[in-house]
Amino acid sequence: MEIENTALAGTLESSDIQIMISKGDGKITIELESDVKKEFGDEIESVIKQTLAASNIESAKVKAVDKGALNCVIRARTLTAANRALGIADKPSWEVL
Amino acid sequence: MAENTEERLRRTMMFVPGNNPAMLKDAGIYGADSIMFDLEDAVSLAEKDAARILVYEALTTQNYGDAELVVRINGLDTPFWENDVTAMVKAGIEVIRLPKTESASMLEQLENKIIEVENNFGIPVGTTHMMAAIESAKGVLNAVEIANASDRMIGIALSAEDYTTDLKTHRYADGKELEFARNMILNAARSAEIAAFDTVFSNVDDVEGFMRETNFVHQLGFDGKSLVNPRQIPMVNEVYAPTRKEILHAKSVLAAIEDARIKGSGVISMNGQMVDRPVALRAQRVMKLAKASGLVDEDGVLLG
Repeated sequence: MEIENTALAGTLESSDIQIMISKGDGKITIELESDVKKEFGDEIESVIKQTLAASNIESAKVKAVDKGALNCVIRARTLTAANRALGIADKPSWEVL
Repeated sequence: MAENTEERLRRTMMFVPGNNPAMLKDAGIYGADSIMFDLEDAVSLAEKDAARILVYEALTTQNYGDAELVVRINGLDTPFWENDVTAMVKAGIEVIRLPKTESASMLEQLENKIIEVENNFGIPVGTTHMMAAIESAKGVLNAVEIANASDRMIGIALSAEDYTTDLKTHRYADGKELEFARNMILNAARSAEIAAFDTVFSNVDDVEGFMRETNFVHQLGFDGKSLVNPRQIPMVNEVYAPTRKEILHAKSVLAAIEDARIKGSGVISMNGQMVDRPVALRAQRVMKLAKASGLVDEDGVLLG
């Protein structure tokens, strides 16, 4: 799946994560901002990558601002942003959920 | 009536906004009998897709203990409800709550979609339960057909904000404007042997008003109340907790039943009075409430 548009999901409230996805240059690049980056940065990035891989997205630029989100929230916001960027928020692929 | 749901306590149904990660995370810690994740009024139009996925992820990963898990989907007059049903049924939600219900045919429409999704995802047909929120005069007058609409039904609820607007009134402190709707909904629920939920009390600072209303709906026979604030959970539980005297009486009734069973006696009597079915059922419910309130242990022995 090719990301052509930029899309945003999530908020900057506590326990949330804001994910912005835009057109990539052939791979997944992640720019992460988080108070717990030192401890959990690798895990957060890995959850984002896995979620994108499940949607068959191999190229995207991701900017993530984490406010202490659980993995399930990271997955939800990444998938929402991806669906929005792909223009399928209203008719998502249910197998990916 | 849905199977195996008769005995479940439903004193408190706590609303949790579907697009709020912090509240989704904490929803299980307050001891609500039911948790209702809201995809409808608590979520803005632009965030319907986000809330649906967030609640899906929460349902499939978080532990909400023994609470019954309910999702309020968007109304049948919106473009969102079919996606809501698909995601929630796939997530294994226990109950789908339909807002603005006015007829049994609306529940039939919902059930047809649920059946389609259950089939698509290999979920046994009939797994997902339904409940209806009644928010209009038409809905109140059709409460009986709504309550009896399907074997999947577990309850009906009064939603008073929309209802009072429909009646051309508003909510008063004494709740007299809700008398007809409350009695109608309660009797409709009982005719279908399902639960009756009272409306939310939105002013969380008016503790006295909240207690008065809760005592009143408890007296009428409601199973419980919908709640917007976890602080109200212990207050409702306090109202529904049986007294020591009620517990002792219930124990005597149950002992008399057991005594009669051992003796093989068809007629059960206690202190010379006949124990008939309603008395026995009430005693069982008192003991269930006493256990849930922490007043007796698992064996029914009084604590404290």
